[in-house]
Amino acid sequence: MTEPIIQMKDIEKHFGAVIALAGVSMDVVPGECHCLLGDNGAGKSTFIKTMSGVHKPTKGEIFFEGKPMNFDRPRDAIAAGIATVYQDLAMIPLMSVSRNFFMGNEPTKKIAGLSFFDHKHANDVTMEEMRKMGINLRGPDQAVGTLSGGERQTVAIARAVHFGAKILILDEPTSALGVRQTSNVLATIDKVRSQGVAVVFITHNVRHALAVGDRFTVLDRGKTLGTAKRGEITPEELQDMMAGGRELATLEGSLGGTV
Amino acid sequence: MSDQSVSDIGRDERIKETSRLRKALVRPELGSICGAILVFVFFLLVARDSGMFAVDGIMNWGVVTAQFAIIAVGACLLMISGEFDLSVGSMIGFSGIVIALLSVTWGLPMWFAILVAFAVAMSIGWLNGYLVIKTGLPSFIVTLAFLYILRGLTIFIAISTTNKTIIGGVRDAAEGDWLAPLFGGKVLKGLFVWLADIGLVDTFVAGNLAGQPVVEGIPMLIVWAIALIVFAHILLTRTKFGNWIFASGGDAQAARYTGVPVNRVKILMFIFTAFCATVFATCQVMEFGSAAADRGLLKEFEAIISVVIGGALLTGGYGSVIGAALGALIFGVVQQGLFFAGVESSLFRVFLGTILLLAVILNTYIRRMITGEK
Repeated sequence: MTEPIIQMKDIEKHFGAVIALAGVSMDVVPGECHCLLGDNGAGKSTFIKTMSGVHKPTKGEIFFEGKPMNFDRPRDAIAAGIATVYQDLAMIPLMSVSRNFFMGNEPTKKIAGLSFFDHKHANDVTMEEMRKMGINLRGPDQAVGTLSGGERQTVAIARAVHFGAKILILDEPTSALGVRQTSNVLATIDKVRSQGVAVVFITHNVRHALAVGDRFTVLDRGKTLGTAKRGEITPEELQDMMAGGRELATLEGSLGGTV
Repeated sequence: MSDQSVSDIGRDERIKETSRLRKALVRPELGSICGAILVFVFFLLVARDSGMFAVDGIMNWGVVTAQFAIIAVGACLLMISGEFDLSVGSMIGFSGIVIALLSVTWGLPMWFAILVAFAVAMSIGWLNGYLVIKTGLPSFIVTLAFLYILRGLTIFIAISTTNKTIIGGVRDAAEGDWLAPLFGGKVLKGLFVWLADIGLVDTFVAGNLAGQPVVEGIPMLIVWAIALIVFAHILLTRTKFGNWIFASGGDAQAARYTGVPVNRVKILMFIFTAFCATVFATCQVMEFGSAAADRGLLKEFEAIISVVIGGALLTGGYGSVIGAALGALIFGVVQQGLFFAGVESSLFRVFLGTILLLAVILNTYIRRMITGEK
């Protein structure tokens, strides 16, 4: 097994009197999709925000590429290669795909000593990257607003990978999507993983996790319930762990395994 | 995944092919282009013989258009970055009084007075932006406060130092100054003399200007307007910073996540708006030879209306400088055209309100087409 690109050891995070994370450990290796599962309020968001430099852990250590990591700002984490794709805030609908793709990383060319946005380069790269991801745009000037939710996620993922993400954190990318869009996003995750990027996939949908995940870490009430490898765990067990082994077991029968 | 299925993803049978016409329609400038054509056709029919389209007539509405355009350019970039500035009108009055007070009342050099006016106004622009960013309040409220604060201060300063709300004598104070002609001067004077010589421009037949062309030259106001339009258009569409302006207004949080310095962009746009207002004020003070505390009244709304007619969304993230300039052109042509056509000038406000309403309805429709909302 390759060396983990990032290791989180006994991470604790307290917000005043609230203990959001009470000692969570997890590691991610390049080229794997590590699913982070948990119910609402389990601490998933706090945990990934710690990983992406938004929060500083109260206790615990983070090792990035073998060295202790201490990011002050999300910008530092992005520069180091940790990219986060947020569900609703990935894209700006009124702007073109190409403008969105290069937002914050605009390519420039010099004309008479002045620096201008290199639209041709931006358009070419955008069309090429979108084609690789299986999205055929009408043109690079097509507004993101005309894309479906799944396509927007895909553009955001392609953007993160294009700009050198080594770790891609996906915050519930599928939770608002339909069946077909979900499968497109899952296919995208698979493509990204095969390029050697470490993917952290946050979800509370066991079936989405099992479709692409290599390893599964379940969070419950700020604690980790352990990490399981693919094939070592059944959907039912994962579901039970997410609910903390509580009443879901009894609900399961009446819902007929549809949760 | 096979190539077949890849091309399938792009073609959804439920999405109709968009026609070229529809694609051409989805441009921010559309409304203002149609409006400008309509306005010109109307006045060509109604006021053709009134001299509106003679050289001096064109210069007449050209100057008014340039005035609208200068403040509209600032308001346009600011609105695209997601904010408003309602203090533009008060800023015009304030800057004018600062220039006149320093140069005429206190006898300081004109260039110094002008530079101080720019520095003070741009600092107030910065303060507007800083307060909006730091408090998280809507810019509508913060700049509304400055609309009153600045207007009150302007009148107070003028009264308490000179006992008047109008300070005259600016033209004498500007005599021989090196900076003042940049705002009050005229260019291409030789061209108009030549045009008069070959008979394309009328000359005065009587008085002490007899024999000189009726149009002396192109006022610097128009040069400023064109320069600002070109600068802002290139900045917005052809630079990295322009992309940041769109992104800041489109969705500030999403822009921040990708590393766009949203706060800096917005504050700079407030400063740029203040700069435009001061250019307007300085040109006006030089042209009239006086500053008055009530100058610039309602200019903030005229600027915003020009921008909205130009296709910008009030919510930010979408718009065009060219559109805003065309909005200003519509304004200038109609305001002066009604005068040429001999129509009661109060109808201008009726027109203003009507065209604003139509523009907003059209813009909302265009946005739905872009984003696919219902």
